[in-house]
Amino acid sequence: MNKKFSKLSKKDQIILGLGYLLMGLFALAIIVPLIFVIIASFMDPNVLNSKGISFNVAHWSLDGYHRVLENKMIGKGFLNSILYSVSFSMLSVGVTLFAAYPLSKLDLAGRRFFNTFFVITMFFGGGLMPTYLLINKLHMVNTIWAIIVPNAVNVWNIILARTYFQSVPGELREASSVDGASDVLHFYRILMPVCKPIIAVLILWQFVGMWNSYFDAMIYLEDSWLQPLQLVLRSILIQNTPDPGMVADIQSAAEMSKLAELLKYSTIVVSSLPLLIMYPFFQKYFDSGVMVGSIKG
Amino acid sequence: MEKRKKRSKNSSSLMYIKKNWQLYVVFMMPAFLLTLVFKYLPIGGILMAFKAYNPRLGIWGSNWVGVKNFSRFISSPDFAGYLLNTLKLSIYGLLWGFPVPVILALLLNRINSKKVKKNIQLVLYAPNFISVIVLCGMVFIFLSPIGPVNKILGTSINFMTMPEAFRSIYIASGIWQGAGWASIMYTAALSNASQELTEAAIIDGADVLRQIRHVDIPAIKSIIVIQFILQAGNIMSLGFEKAYALQTSMNIPASEIIPTYVYKLGLQLGDYSFSTAVGLFNSVINVILLLMVNGIVKQFNEGEGL
Repeated sequence: MNKKFSKLSKKDQIILGLGYLLMGLFALAIIVPLIFVIIASFMDPNVLNSKGISFNVAHWSLDGYHRVLENKMIGKGFLNSILYSVSFSMLSVGVTLFAAYPLSKLDLAGRRFFNTFFVITMFFGGGLMPTYLLINKLHMVNTIWAIIVPNAVNVWNIILARTYFQSVPGELREASSVDGASDVLHFYRILMPVCKPIIAVLILWQFVGMWNSYFDAMIYLEDSWLQPLQLVLRSILIQNTPDPGMVADIQSAAEMSKLAELLKYSTIVVSSLPLLIMYPFFQKYFDSGVMVGSIKG
Repeated sequence: MEKRKKRSKNSSSLMYIKKNWQLYVVFMMPAFLLTLVFKYLPIGGILMAFKAYNPRLGIWGSNWVGVKNFSRFISSPDFAGYLLNTLKLSIYGLLWGFPVPVILALLLNRINSKKVKKNIQLVLYAPNFISVIVLCGMVFIFLSPIGPVNKILGTSINFMTMPEAFRSIYIASGIWQGAGWASIMYTAALSNASQELTEAAIIDGADVLRQIRHVDIPAIKSIIVIQFILQAGNIMSLGFEKAYALQTSMNIPASEIIPTYVYKLGLQLGDYSFSTAVGLFNSVINVILLLMVNGIVKQFNEGEGL
């Protein structure tokens, strides 16, 4: 689409060169802190505190990781987060795709009503306390349901899926209805396989969203055994209270605070790595799924 | 005549529903019921804002107090501060943060090598997959008195306790995390933009800036407008999660925004009615802002708004 850089005029080269430089700096600003955290997580706590990070392998240790992996709360939080994220993304994407299907039919009776019904909730809601009282009244506090059910319907995703369904050629539906397929059959056998890219993106979305959130868990799950990873991280990283088990065997207060600092780095790496590793494999879906959806939505 | 038309329309709707009952019962029902219960029922709970809520009497049984909760908030000495914090944080955030993804997308679009482009995107999107808590944890580590930033500066400033630093920290970390990901939409739209137009512009001797101004920007203009309206409409519903996580007892003068205040009032202090009133006040301002921005944009954008 664009001409080769060397063939451009001097002026264009300068402008684009400056632009690329800026973008490069931005990319560096993203990478450097991440690499810093990774290296720091492998440091010997004493060296880390006195000299900062060092590239000398002799100064490295796996101490931080040993303690993080021994920590029961992190392990439990991890499992809880997986449970919540998997069930939430399944439920939410299922319900969302279901609702998007009828809405993608232009001749649906009551289409306008249903559209308005869902869209209003994007702009107006009851707010924190009324919602909390409702969940409380339904006896959902301290259960997984409080986390996965109330936000299962995602209006934005309904709009994306609806637009995606509309871009599927109508002949497919005609053909399957000539063969006598009901809506359910058509949806399941024909539409779903065709729409794999958008489904993959929506699942990734909801999964990441749930994995990274902490607010609902903070207000609805009081039992510490139910807490997802993010709440465990919060107490270690932000409230500065590592689980006593992680640092109990250390005698002096100074040692303890050194170790607590190291633990932050290893905790960040352990908790973020799964998503960061997974994500490049999903990148190919961004192109086909998100992009089609976002342009038309 | 009119009536008959209406009746025939109604009966044809009924026929449609009868014929396609699966669409309603199987497909629409779950989302409809969930929305009705978890989104619409709480809207009724807003009544609480006009009552003195008493858990024993319930929302309906509690006594009416009119707009007392609202006047209590508006006349409280904290009111102006919290409102200004909320407005400043999001308006500055919008002004600084909104252009970055657009610029990133315009630059990405100018990269010829597909491989280079992919790799840069891979880096730019990565922070989006880091959680708010980890992001804030990193902010705390880097800005702590013994953290790397102070080591580089040769100082020992505790940035997280400085109210005057809070906004910059909040906004900069937001751009760090979200700008790359937000550019994805513009990038997609640009890659669909007409290549012939660009080629024609090049033949006409347009330089890069002109190509961007007359070909690239018009191609993504409608998305820019919609994004701007949506984000401006969210000014008051600023992310609770990050503001709360970055809050320390020392930076409260800048970091207490209405959403964090609502949370503390309601769930920590148990002042349900007052909390609901403050929350409602917040959403009303939000809707007003949304309508205002939509109106202004329409004026400038040939009648095109949301």
